[in-house]
Amino acid sequence: MNNMKLIFEKGNTNRGLDLMPECDVPVTHVSAGYERKKELNLPHVSETEISRHYTKLVKRTFGVNNGFYPLGSCTMKYNPKINNEMAGLPGFSDVHPLQPIDTVQGCLEVYQLADKYLGKITGMDAMDFQPAAGAHGEFTGLKLIRAYHQDRNDSKRDKIIVPDSAHGTNPASAAMAGFTVVNVPSTEDGFVDVEALRNAVGEDTAGFMLTNPNTIGLFEEHILEITSIIHEAGGLNYYDGANLNAIMGVARPGDMGFDVVHLNLHKTFSTPHGGGGPGSGPVGCKDILVKYLPTPRIIDNKGMLAFEDKNEKSIGRVKDFYGNFLVVVRALTYMMTLGSEGLKDASENAVLNANYMLHKLKDTFDIPFGNGRCMHEFVMSLEELKKEKSVSALDFAKALLDYGMHPPTMYFPLIVHEALMVEPTETESKETLDEAIEIFKEIYNKACNDPDAVHNSPTTTPIGRPDEVRAARNPILRYNF
Amino acid sequence: MGTYIPNTKEEQLSMLKEIGLNSMYELFDAIPKEVKLGAPLDIPRGMSEMEVSSKMRKIAGKNKVYDSIFRGCGAYRHYIPSIVKQVTSKEEFMTAYTPYQAEISQGILQSIFEYQTMICELTGMQVSNASVYDGASAAAEAVIMSKERKRKKALLSASVNPMIIETIGTYISGTDMEMEIIPVKDGLTDIESLKNKLDDDISCVLIQQPNYYGLLEDGDAIGSILADSDIKYIMSCNPISLGILKTPAEYGVDIAIGEGQPLGLGLSFGGPYLGFMATTDKLMRRLPGRIVGETTDSQGRRAYVLTLQAREQHIRREKASSNICSNQALCAMTAAVYLASMGKEGLKQAATLSMSKAHYLAQRLCEIDGYEMVYKGEFFNEFVTTVNTDVDRVLQVLSDNGILGGYPLEGDDKGQLLWCATELNTKEEMDALTRILREVQE
Repeated sequence: MNNMKLIFEKGNTNRGLDLMPECDVPVTHVSAGYERKKELNLPHVSETEISRHYTKLVKRTFGVNNGFYPLGSCTMKYNPKINNEMAGLPGFSDVHPLQPIDTVQGCLEVYQLADKYLGKITGMDAMDFQPAAGAHGEFTGLKLIRAYHQDRNDSKRDKIIVPDSAHGTNPASAAMAGFTVVNVPSTEDGFVDVEALRNAVGEDTAGFMLTNPNTIGLFEEHILEITSIIHEAGGLNYYDGANLNAIMGVARPGDMGFDVVHLNLHKTFSTPHGGGGPGSGPVGCKDILVKYLPTPRIIDNKGMLAFEDKNEKSIGRVKDFYGNFLVVVRALTYMMTLGSEGLKDASENAVLNANYMLHKLKDTFDIPFGNGRCMHEFVMSLEELKKEKSVSALDFAKALLDYGMHPPTMYFPLIVHEALMVEPTETESKETLDEAIEIFKEIYNKACNDPDAVHNSPTTTPIGRPDEVRAARNPILRYNF
Repeated sequence: MGTYIPNTKEEQLSMLKEIGLNSMYELFDAIPKEVKLGAPLDIPRGMSEMEVSSKMRKIAGKNKVYDSIFRGCGAYRHYIPSIVKQVTSKEEFMTAYTPYQAEISQGILQSIFEYQTMICELTGMQVSNASVYDGASAAAEAVIMSKERKRKKALLSASVNPMIIETIGTYISGTDMEMEIIPVKDGLTDIESLKNKLDDDISCVLIQQPNYYGLLEDGDAIGSILADSDIKYIMSCNPISLGILKTPAEYGVDIAIGEGQPLGLGLSFGGPYLGFMATTDKLMRRLPGRIVGETTDSQGRRAYVLTLQAREQHIRREKASSNICSNQALCAMTAAVYLASMGKEGLKQAATLSMSKAHYLAQRLCEIDGYEMVYKGEFFNEFVTTVNTDVDRVLQVLSDNGILGGYPLEGDDKGQLLWCATELNTKEEMDALTRILREVQE
């Protein structure tokens, strides 16, 4: 098989598209000293070549439309097409962000409605849509916590507590927002260690970050105790919304004692992931934090929606303009379609599908936490398989590729050795789950009987396993002409 | 109510039975009663696809889509070749996850590698990342990147877009970094003042080229002041202008950043856009965000992977260079398809057309009594004029004629308009604009 060519290796000099007319005004040239001297190498290809090039790349890409994608913590549900169609309406996509306010009332209404829906879903008093992705939302939410303490002249609170099972973004965001990170261990059952938490809090506690259901797919049974330990110590509780898909219409972070949340609209609300973005990471908060939200805020001025950007208490702007608007259009379309009962149905079926898979796999695989039950995802450990047959979670994941399925999340959370985290989502049918269950078992048997076959997988994908060490040791990060 | 759940109620029930449960309610046994929601969510019932479509169209209809736009100020309307949307709407590209599983993600990985190459070519820099959220967060990340043990103060030119300055302020507040503004003189960074502010604690100097007022900064002068110093030179650029304007690398820049929206992304009321970041080999390992690298697979074939991940949050946690996880992959692909469609000549043409139209517009506007160029410096496709009457009235009349006029500046610049032209503005349109403005005067 030949190497796939780069677009720079196609076409020929002087080939290209004819896109723009002749200049209808006198041509202005760049003055001496300001002009580009450096040769500019861009592709010189025809439209046919562009079309075929990307069609080839499509064949080497695996989307939710290609097959089952049980990537834990990422909520790879089906992405409804109407969401995209609505985002493509010229009334949304051709609007300049700095138009007069009376000409963007529809855009502001989208934000207002999304605010209302998400506020009810999370139990928060206000939402803000500036953050462009989950990690950006975490950073924003943590800034709110900092502003809250500073406003109360409580500036010694510089520590954010995170469980050792947290997403890597949690400690990274806390550090970026200027906090010191304190890790607390999990119990043997995979929950926050309440006693350890009690010992960790103090006068320097600014806040606590938690994903709930947590990253091993279990609902923190002592959630109210946990959040009140933090509150009693004078800190605030931060909800990482990565796993909201488990509890919509069933329970709300706002009722669990959380003061601030971020959501991942590209996960729970089905706006697509786009191969790694754009996402949208709105932040929601309780009344006590509203005045610190980023500016500008949307306000209702006697029936006319408007931007308010004068607010001394605000943490300020985190992004240019107001957020990844078209992603919010998609999420709103989705929420309107499902509505109150549909969102709950989605969560129920997400949890049902995960429990069904867990139930059918638990006799074959070691599922260290949850006693045979889970919320919307569960974590398997291949530690034994690794020890006895030298088949790692990575090997197992690579073997799944040959079955036309996207593997589960590997090696996360860090508290489980050789972890594979499975999140089927609600948009998969029983047949798909049954098929996946059979594939998991088949690979397990193969791992026991013929481990080399698993070590050598995948064999049917466009490339075999890449040499990652070589990539990092000798970085080639661009094509050299 | 719409739904995307394939399993019927009967199938759901049989699955429940199989796991030994009788109802959906029991699935949530682990949730303490005290936190369970007692009532249905207080939001409207779901709707059919047809109803949702009609409702959303009504909302979109409340916005005004201008036929003719003379406003930029960070978001630019350029011609988008038809193939761009067709390619980037492909379901696989839209619905894939971040390419962690390289064997089935070569398409996305290669597209990012090609994007990185194109950004390096545009800026003249050696290394690009896979994109960040937008131009403002790219600027903030660049400022943070410049921090050294003893250098923690950023100097930002007052001629940088205020939204960018504000965003940087938010990013560094509460950390050990600080920032100071370099004033402007005649619309340009005051170089004497910049010189006076240089000190052992300065980590970087950020300027925008063309700047907020559309003017071309003396990037060479600043480059030679900073050359051979440990102060990082950061430049925020308009990527279309780089088809004809001097590259950041030619100015001696250490970190080139910018808003990638002009590269084939629509105005979209401000997002999703694209932040690009490129730097030197020397600073490669400090660059935040995803980076794709070339390697070989088990059979020696060329392959692409996410690389240099030791900088990133999922490995380094609180010690990571940034918390960034999602980037704007699909927007980066959009920019790549745009640049492939335009090619070198097309990009040069778009830049030349934009610049020529802006100069024609400036000339026509200045023929009107009371309209004058506020600054005399060189400009690309934006410029500031005075207005001969009430700004709001001028803009309202234009708006009534389907024209989005220049952006009304604020603060000390109140009463002035920041105009913009691109290849999409025809001579006819600009002549009509001048005619209407003359009438407002009378």
